[in-house]
Amino acid sequence: MSELPPFVLFFLAVLFVLVSKGTVRKIILLATPVLAALHIGLNLDPGAHALLSVLNVELTLLRVDKLSLIFAYLFCLASFIATIFALQVGDTKQEIAGLVYAGGALGAVFAGDFISLFVFWELMAVSSVVFIWARGTERALNAGMRYLVFQVLSGVFLLSGALVHYHATGSLAFNQIGLVGTAGWLIFIAFGIKCAFPFLHTWLTDGYPEATVTGTVFLSAFTTKIAVYALARGYPGEDILVYIGITMACFPIFYAVIENDLRKVLAYSLINQIGFMVTGVGIGTALAMNGAVAHAFSDVIFKGLLFMAMGVVLHRVGHVNGSGLGGLYKTMPKTTVFCIVGALSISAFPLFSGFVSKSMVMTALVQEGYSYGWLFMLFASAGVFHHAGIKIPYFAFFAHDSGLRPKEAPINMLIAMGLAAAICIFIGSQPQYLYALLPWEVNYWPYDQTHVLAQLQLLFFSALAFVWLNKQGIYPPELRSVNLDAEWFYRKLLPASVCRGLNILSNAKETALVAIMAPIHRIRRSFSQSSIAQYSLSESWSTGSMVLWISIILVAYLFLNIVVYGLK
Amino acid sequence: MSEKTENKYLFDNPKNVQRLLTGFYTVCALLIVADFIIHRHISLAWEKIPAFYAIYGFIACVLLVVLAKLMRKVIMRKENYYDE
Repeated sequence: MSELPPFVLFFLAVLFVLVSKGTVRKIILLATPVLAALHIGLNLDPGAHALLSVLNVELTLLRVDKLSLIFAYLFCLASFIATIFALQVGDTKQEIAGLVYAGGALGAVFAGDFISLFVFWELMAVSSVVFIWARGTERALNAGMRYLVFQVLSGVFLLSGALVHYHATGSLAFNQIGLVGTAGWLIFIAFGIKCAFPFLHTWLTDGYPEATVTGTVFLSAFTTKIAVYALARGYPGEDILVYIGITMACFPIFYAVIENDLRKVLAYSLINQIGFMVTGVGIGTALAMNGAVAHAFSDVIFKGLLFMAMGVVLHRVGHVNGSGLGGLYKTMPKTTVFCIVGALSISAFPLFSGFVSKSMVMTALVQEGYSYGWLFMLFASAGVFHHAGIKIPYFAFFAHDSGLRPKEAPINMLIAMGLAAAICIFIGSQPQYLYALLPWEVNYWPYDQTHVLAQLQLLFFSALAFVWLNKQGIYPPELRSVNLDAEWFYRKLLPASVCRGLNILSNAKETALVAIMAPIHRIRRSFSQSSIAQYSLSESWSTGSMVLWISIILVAYLFLNIVVYGLK
Repeated sequence: MSEKTENKYLFDNPKNVQRLLTGFYTVCALLIVADFIIHRHISLAWEKIPAFYAIYGFIACVLLVVLAKLMRKVIMRKENYYDE
C-alpha cells in the first residue's frame, strides 16, 4: 500500500466523481491532488519501486527519485489550483478529463519503462483534448482534432523508438537515452513534439487558445512540462538542445507582439519559457539542469496564473482580443492585480518567481561559455517582459477605455488566482524552499547587487521602450487578424496542393479520355456509314443487355451439355 | 449621460497617469546612476559597457517591435483566412 503509484488515486477519484454530485463531488475533486501530494510526501522516498508483470514484460510503474518527485509535487499543486479555478463550471466531462489528465501526468513522471511511459503519454493526449472540444465551437472541434493528431503522432514516435531501443539493447528501462541510433532520434522527436520544438509547436498555439476558459489552465500545466521532464531524464547535456532552446525562446516573441488573441500571446510565451528549460537541459550541468527544473516549477504557476486571468476576461467579456479590450481594471481590480503579479513573475522581476529560476539557466550559459547564446537569451528575456509582462496586462486592463464594465471574477476563480499569485511571490522572495526540492545540489543564490541591478535595468528600459514606442505611435496596434506560422504548411499548403493535385489529375483524365475516345468515335462513325450497319445485330448494344444475352447463351450451353452427356 | 453618473477611476485623471510616468522615468534615471555607484561583477566583455543592460533592453525591445511590425506585412492575413 505504501508504494501505491499516485496515479491510482486520480483514477479511483474518477469512479467516485461519477457516482457523486454537488458539494460531495467538489470535495472529491479538491481532495484528490491534496491526498496524492500527501501520499507522495509521506510514503514515497527516493528509491521506491513498484513493478507490474504483464505478459512476461516487467513494467516499472513507480520509479522514485528527486527528479520525478519535484515534478510530481508540481503536478499535484497545479491540479489543485486548476481545480479550484474550474470549480463553478460543473461540467462532468471536463472534471473527469482533469483527473485522468493529471493522473496520467503523475503516471508518466513515475514511469520507469517506455511501455508505461507510452501508455500515460497517450492517456494524457486523449484526456487533454476534451478541454478543447468542450468549448463546443466548430473552430475548437477542428483545432482539437489537429491537436490530437500531433499528440498521438508523438506517441507513435515514442512507441516505435521504444521498440527499436528494445531490439538494440534488450531493455525497456527509461533512463538516459542520448542522441545515438534510430531509437535515440525517434524518441527525441516524440519528446520534441510534446515540448513544442520549432515547426512542431503549432498544436500548442493552435489548440490552447481554442480550449475552454478553465481548460487552458489545465493544458498549460502538464503536457509541455512532462516533455521537459522526459528530456531532462533522457537527453541531459545534448548540445543541440541549447540551440533548439534558444530558437524556442526567441522566435515566438515576435509573434506574441503582433498577436491579437491574448491567450494565443500566452501560448507563444509558453514556448518562449520552455525554450529556457530546454536550453538548461541542453547545457546539462547541475546548475543548468536545476535551473530547467526550477523554471518548469515557476512557469506552471505563473503561466497558470496568467491563463487564469485571461480566462476570467474570456468568461466575463466573451473574448480575449486585445483590439476589443481595455480599461477593465475599473471593475476587475483584483484580477488586474493578480495578472500583474503573473506578469512580473514571467518577466523575472526580482522578488517574483521567474527571477530565481530563469537566472540559473542564464548563469549556466555564461559559465559554459555560450556568450552569444546568452545574448540571444537576454534578448528573449527583454522580449518576454515586453509582450507577456506589459502587453497582456496593459491591453486587457488599461490602454484605451473599451467601455466594457464586466463584473469581478467569481470567488473560486479569485481564490485560485490569489493562491497562484501568493506562490509566485513566495518562491521569488524565499527561493531556498524551491531550491531544497531540486534534484541536484544547489550552490546558487540569485540575490546579489550585480544581478538585481542588471535585471532591473533590463526590465525598466524594456518598459521604457514600450512607453516610448507607444508615445511615438510606433507600437503596432492590436488588429483582428491571423498570423501565418508553421501550421500554414498543413492547413493551407497541403490542402491546396492536394486540391491542385486532384485538379491536375482530373484534367489529365479529361484529356486522356478525349484522346482515346476520339479514334473510337471515328471508327464508329465510319462503321455506321458502311453497308453492314443496316443489319440489326451490328447496332451497338448496351453492356447490360450484352451480359444478359451472354448469360442466356451460357445457360443454354450448360443445359445442352447436361442433356447430351448426362450427369456423371 | 451615463458618463456623469459613472465613478471616476484611478487613471481617468490624466494627472495620475503623468505621476506614474514621472515616477517611472525617475526610477529609470536612478538605475543608470546606480550603475556608476554599485560595483558590478563582470563575467563577460560586453558587461563592461556602462549601463549595458539598460541599453541592451531598450534596443532589444525597439528592434523586436520594429521587426515584428515588418513581419506583419508578410505573415498577416484576414481573421478567417484558414476557414475559407
